[in-house]
Order: sequence, then C-alpha cells, then structure tokens
Amino acid sequence: MSMAQQNAVELHDVVVRYGGTVAVDRVSLTAARGRVLALLGDNGAGKTSLVQVCTGFRRPDGGVARVLGLDPVAEHDALTPRLGLMAQSGGMYPWATAGEILDLFASFAARPLDAAMLVDRLGLGSVTGTRWRRLSGGEQQRLALAVALVGRPEMVFLDEPTAGMDTAARHTTWRLVEELRADGVSVLLTTHLLDEAERLADDVVIVRSGAVVATGTPGQLTAAAGVDRLVVRAQPGLPVPDVAVRAAGGGPPAAVSEDAPGEYTVDGELDAEAIASALAWFAAVGARVTAVNTRRRTLEDVYLSLTAPAVPGLRVNG
Amino acid sequence: MSGTFVPAPGRASARAVVARQIRMELTLTARRGEAVVLAMGVPLLVLLGAGLTRATNLPTGDRIGFVAPGVLALTVMSTAFTGQAITTGYERGYGVLKRLGASPLTRPGLLAAKTVAVLMLVCVQLLVLTAVATAVGWRPDWARLVPAAGVTVLATAAYCGLALVLASLLKPETTTAAATLIYVLMLAGGGIMFAAPDLGTVGWFLLPLAAHAQALREALTAGRPIPGVLWLSLGAWAVAALITAARTFRWE
Repeated sequence: MSMAQQNAVELHDVVVRYGGTVAVDRVSLTAARGRVLALLGDNGAGKTSLVQVCTGFRRPDGGVARVLGLDPVAEHDALTPRLGLMAQSGGMYPWATAGEILDLFASFAARPLDAAMLVDRLGLGSVTGTRWRRLSGGEQQRLALAVALVGRPEMVFLDEPTAGMDTAARHTTWRLVEELRADGVSVLLTTHLLDEAERLADDVVIVRSGAVVATGTPGQLTAAAGVDRLVVRAQPGLPVPDVAVRAAGGGPPAAVSEDAPGEYTVDGELDAEAIASALAWFAAVGARVTAVNTRRRTLEDVYLSLTAPAVPGLRVNG
Repeated sequence: MSGTFVPAPGRASARAVVARQIRMELTLTARRGEAVVLAMGVPLLVLLGAGLTRATNLPTGDRIGFVAPGVLALTVMSTAFTGQAITTGYERGYGVLKRLGASPLTRPGLLAAKTVAVLMLVCVQLLVLTAVATAVGWRPDWARLVPAAGVTVLATAAYCGLALVLASLLKPETTTAAATLIYVLMLAGGGIMFAAPDLGTVGWFLLPLAAHAQALREALTAGRPIPGVLWLSLGAWAVAALITAARTFRWE
C-alpha cells in the first residue's frame, strides 16, 4: 500500500496482445512520483499500448497495473480526475472550437486552471474561435496538451507530445514539462526522440518489440553502456597495442584502435590521467597528431546499440 | 512562474459535468445543419404532403389526424435513433468518446447527457411540428397529453439505446448507412404516411415506430386511452435497448 502510494505508476509483468500478436511482453516498470519518465522506443515498440493500460482503456492480458495506487480499469472513475492525458491524435469534437473544447474539459474539474492562461502559454490565442478540424497538426497537439493540464492533475501521460510541433512549440512544451516536474506533477511521456528523452527525463525506459531493454537515468544509461571516447588523428599504421593502455597510477584500461586509416579511438573510462597516458602513448610511438577530440557517448549510441537488429543485415521473420 | 501546475485534482459536481456535456451536445447538433434538416425537414414534408394532399392511400378520411401523430413519432425516431447513431459512430471514429473516457465525465454521465440532450431536442421539434399540424387543421385532444408524453419518453429511450448499440457494433460509415437505411424503410413501412402492414399484435412488437405512431393517434387524435399492448411494446423495446446498450457500449 505504501509502495503503491509512493509510485505514480507500477507495472508488473504486463502483457498486451492484439489477436495473436504480442504487443507488450511482460513489462515491469516503475515511475516515481514527481519525476519525468520517458518511454523511449520505435514505432510499434509497445509505448502506446502501455499508455492505454495505464489510462484504463485496455485491461492487460496479463500482469498488474497500478496508477497512483489505483487499478486503472476497476477504479477508472476515481482515477480520471487525477490524470491528464494527451493522446497521440484526434480525440476532440471536429466541429467544436478550440476555446469550447478547452472550456468543456475545464468545466469537468473541481479547481481548473485558468483557460486563458493556458491559451496564452501555449500560443493558442489566435485560434480559440477556430474549429478543431481546421487547426494545424501542431495547434491540435498544443490544444491537447492544454486539455491534459487544465484539470490540475497529479499525473500526466503525454503520448508523443511534440510530434507534429515546430521547433518553437517543441521548446514551449519542453519548458512546460520542466515546470510540471518543478511543481510536483508526475509525468510519463512516450517519445522516439532521443534529445527529448535526454533533455526532459529523470528516468528512461527503453522498449523494443514490447519488452523493456534498458532502464535508468540518462546519466546511468550513457555511463553504463558507454564511456568517453578520445578520437585522435595521426598518420596511419601506428603500432596499435594488443593490450590496453593503462595509466601510470593504475586505473581503468583504455583500448586503442585504428577505426579508419589515420583515425584512432581510445575507449574506456577516461579520466584525466588515462587521457594523459593515452596521449603519452601516441608521443612514445612517434605519432604526428593533427587532431584530438573527445566524445561523450550519448543516449542515441545506447539506444541504437540496444535497439539495432541482433545481426545487422539479417532479417528474421516473426 | 512556478507553482502554476501544483496538483489540485478533483471532479466538478456531477450536475455541472453533465450540464456542460449537454450544452456541448446541443451546440454541436445545432452546428450540423444537415442533421437538423433531416430531423425536421422530412417530417414537415411528410406532414404537409401526405396530410394535406391525397398523395397516399390512408385507412381513414381524417388524413391530418392520421399523419400528424405519425410524423411526431417519425421525428422522435429520426433524432433519437438515426441522428444519435450517426453522431455517436463518428464520435467514436474521431476518438472523441475515448478522450471523454479519460476525463472526469463518467460513462453514466455521458449516457445521461446524450439522453437529456436528445429529449430536449425532441421536445423542441415536437413543439414546432405540433404547431404546424394544428395550423393546418389537426385538433389533438390535449387531455391525453400525459400518456402521449409517456410513450414518447419510452420510444426515445428505446431509440437512444438502439443508436448506441448500432454505433458500438459497426464502423462509423456502416453505422451511417445502416441508420439511414432503417430510417427510410421505417418512413415507408412504419405506418406514417401509408398504413402499416397489418400484422396484428405482432406488428406492434416488431415496429416500435408503428406502435408509437398508433399510440399517439389513439391518445391525441381519437382521445382514447392508449392500449396496453402499445405500452408493453414500447416498454419492452426501451428496456431491451438500454440493457443491450449498457452492455455493448465502448469508449473506443
């Protein structure tokens, strides 16, 4: 009970099937209260199915889901006033105006936010009198976000929130999400945009083919699978050592390899000493160094390594 | 700036929620011109065409006394069944119902809002049509207004339920086609501008439109009590339709 109340979302071994297809395969994840969790994955990875389970639109075919301590299906009516949902597309009366739609959802809440403030914050001032079907994709997305927030929810689900938004709207949305977190709102967002996850998320869950393949903070994920990398340009054919270069005072090993003629990479947990000893090795073998670059492994590197097909170029059916 | 989004969740009072949803339903209905024309235009044409001219054969000399109650019944069906089925089908298709399902509006709240909105719409339409019918010579027996209103509420509930069932089972386009087809078939064969096929008591149970029209004729034109079989038919349709609707209704 106390665990359930501490966490915004708890999924245990959740399974979702569509006919014979398994869309979500025993997914377990936890979203802490007051934090932003990004569900990162390609189209078809099962992100939207998980949101459907969390918002009570799908009873999981296996496993247990708890949102704010409640069963999203059995206790749907108790949950809905506490949630905000920004669905991926549609979901509004095509012939109602943006202002009417926002007012309708505001009127469902006990203590709604000021609709005019939201309209202003999301740059919808010029389209409040425009019918939903005449709004651009980005305007529809911004209105959907306003509708998700207007009831002052404890938790919001944002399914691909910035899809179809221009750069300015995307940044507005990002700032809003940061503000939500600062105000103690729990956020679960799905995205396939790595920069979005890296910038916004406290926690990232990477899903692939309906299963969780990695969980952690962006820092943990980039550090766990990755390292800083040193890229050094010099003449080709230096005698790359078989064994790793080791800093004088011990420390972790750093492997040197020649990836392309004249382009050497040094991989490892490179602290200042390790970098110094790596460069000392280049000096010792008489390298004529023309460039030294450091590169920090990004979430993208992690994501690609985790979601790439197991055997490149080989397609396995089923 | 911070502090704006500090959570303060809660549902407005059930009455406020349903009242706002009713307002939205009525606003959108008024905005869809073709629905209003279908709901009012066709019954008016039938009323004036079949009621005032000898365009069709009727089983009585009191043409307007036969046609006017039938037209009222037809209007109830057109609004509560055809219009409601098409609207709900498209609302499902557009994902509106799903989005409302994630809002503090509950399922009973939505069904109540839809039913009340339809009843209000039906009231206005019946007032207009009754005014036109009396202007061209219909002399209804106002003493029988209460039983006439009673069978009309039953018929509205039955049609509303059937509309939601249809919209839950079929795709929006198919719902539109099916609801329109049923409307046209009932217009022709439902005992509105022609005599209904004489199937005896069974007929009243097969055709709720014919039963409703006959009940209104008995009460308003003839000034007699409504026969029990008509009450029974419309009551059975209402109960069966609402139970089926509650079981089949889907947000998605």
